Amino acid sequence: MEGFVALYIFMLAAFTGYEIITKVPTILHTPLMSGSNFVHGIVLVGAMVAMGHADTTTETVIGFIAVLLGAGNAVGGYVVTERMLEMFKSTKGKG
Amino acid sequence: MDQINELINIELLIQIAYFAAAILFILGLKAMSSPVTAPKGIKWAGVGMLVATLISFAHPGMHNYIPMTAAIFIGGVLAWWTGKRVAMTDMPQMIALYNGMGGGSAAAIAAVELVRLQSGGELTHAGTVSQVLAVLGALIGTIAFSGSMIAFAKLQGWMRKVYRFKGQQIFNLAIFAAVLYFGWTMIGGGFSHLELIAFFALALLIGVLMTIGIGGADMPVVISLYNALTGLAVGFEGFVLQNPAMMIAGIVVGSAGTLLTQLMAKAMNRSLANVLFSSFGTGDDGAAGAAEVSGSMKAIDPADAAITMAFAESAIIVPGYGMAVAQAQHKVWELTKVLQDKGVRVSFAIHPVAGRMPGHMNVLLAEAGVPYDLIYDLEDINSQFPTADVALVIGANDVVNPAARKDTSSPIYGMPILDADKAKNVFVIKRGQGTGFSGIENLLFFEDNTRMCYGDAQDVVQKLITGAKAL
Repeated sequence: MEGFVALYIFMLAAFTGYEIITKVPTILHTPLMSGSNFVHGIVLVGAMVAMGHADTTTETVIGFIAVLLGAGNAVGGYVVTERMLEMFKSTKGKG
Repeated sequence: MDQINELINIELLIQIAYFAAAILFILGLKAMSSPVTAPKGIKWAGVGMLVATLISFAHPGMHNYIPMTAAIFIGGVLAWWTGKRVAMTDMPQMIALYNGMGGGSAAAIAAVELVRLQSGGELTHAGTVSQVLAVLGALIGTIAFSGSMIAFAKLQGWMRKVYRFKGQQIFNLAIFAAVLYFGWTMIGGGFSHLELIAFFALALLIGVLMTIGIGGADMPVVISLYNALTGLAVGFEGFVLQNPAMMIAGIVVGSAGTLLTQLMAKAMNRSLANVLFSSFGTGDDGAAGAAEVSGSMKAIDPADAAITMAFAESAIIVPGYGMAVAQAQHKVWELTKVLQDKGVRVSFAIHPVAGRMPGHMNVLLAEAGVPYDLIYDLEDINSQFPTADVALVIGANDVVNPAARKDTSSPIYGMPILDADKAKNVFVIKRGQGTGFSGIENLLFFEDNTRMCYGDAQDVVQKLITGAKAL
């Protein structure tokens, strides 16, 4: 990938992230922080690729740690976000 | 020939899957911007993650499948188990913990790449740009990792002290310069093992040093900052691995997180620099803004307070972190229902930084079953305080301190507050007579229309319920 193509991707992604947040009501800030925390759990995919191509023992061990931590980020991020948002669902329409 | 064909198709399939995942992430985050669609949003993002993870097993030329699956399993199960068990009040530190793991993962990916570069190999994507981003991602990810872990330890109560020493900022700056130097030598290759280790060790140290000097009240802003940093690190490593899903997801989180951090800092009337480099919120400069307080705190029996509340036309409840600590949110909702039966119009006023994070209080109230149409933000509710018969402050302190409006010498002067003092009657439920998180004397407690109910929030609210029911 050319450096400039990457730059365009970075720029557009940055604007997207900014746009998403500006419209969020305060009451959703914590779930949203948690949700975005989950989204960067995509690091797991990179960790898998890094470990899958590791040749030496050092690389494999570090890759293992990367996958372990990445999986923790993705799964943990999902579980806590879902739990928080389920509560909003259960109170909908009551009162 | 067949094999080549198969290879091309798999590559194509992988790219399509990553593209779909990126779309699902963005749509998911978008859906999370409204309470009605939010539960759906996280599910969409979850599907995206699942698709991207599964397809990643199909990358050609990979090995280590068994330990890889084991790592996913161990990490996943541990996170699942802790995430399901944690109490809602402890959410902020769990976010810090999982975020730290993400930062650590991004840093470890960079480490794998840099170890290969060090031993004479090339990065997955060769070139100077890639090397610069790999090093930057390593630095940022490592800082996010160690910083988040300290934040976790602090919020969990494992580390209560705020560590500051003379010349800390200069010391931090020196370490930072050293890290940049080691990072610089790595670009282009030709660096030693020792330099690589020093780079990571010093980066870890920066995260620790940056966080140990910050008080508990400021921690949410810091966690939000580290969340943004992790996103950035993931995005950078995504370029090194030529993985567009990582690039997009990482940078979206990076920019969203940066904005969120600013919003949070603004709600506390602080700049980000102020949070990171000043000692406010640590309690050691509490005396600074203690202007002379006139009047005295007047206590009231909860039973008497209950009578006033039951006969009120409208009441506004201001919950703070003290309510969450006492786990009184369920009792508060019970009280609300009792009052509603008596014809009282009850609403909840939420300060942007009530609880430990913006929106944290809303989550806690939602857990107790409070419908969100009773819950109002600062801008929407402040005009209603002057006409309210009762303002009930439960475990909130600085966010209702009129000193923020009146006392120019106060450290919190200028911070937007809830105008609870303008209600006809103010009842404050508080554990004791001490000052709050920030150590600032609260002028509200000394007002003529304020009465204090001392005690544990759960007990006091129970007494209010009993008192109101008896009428």
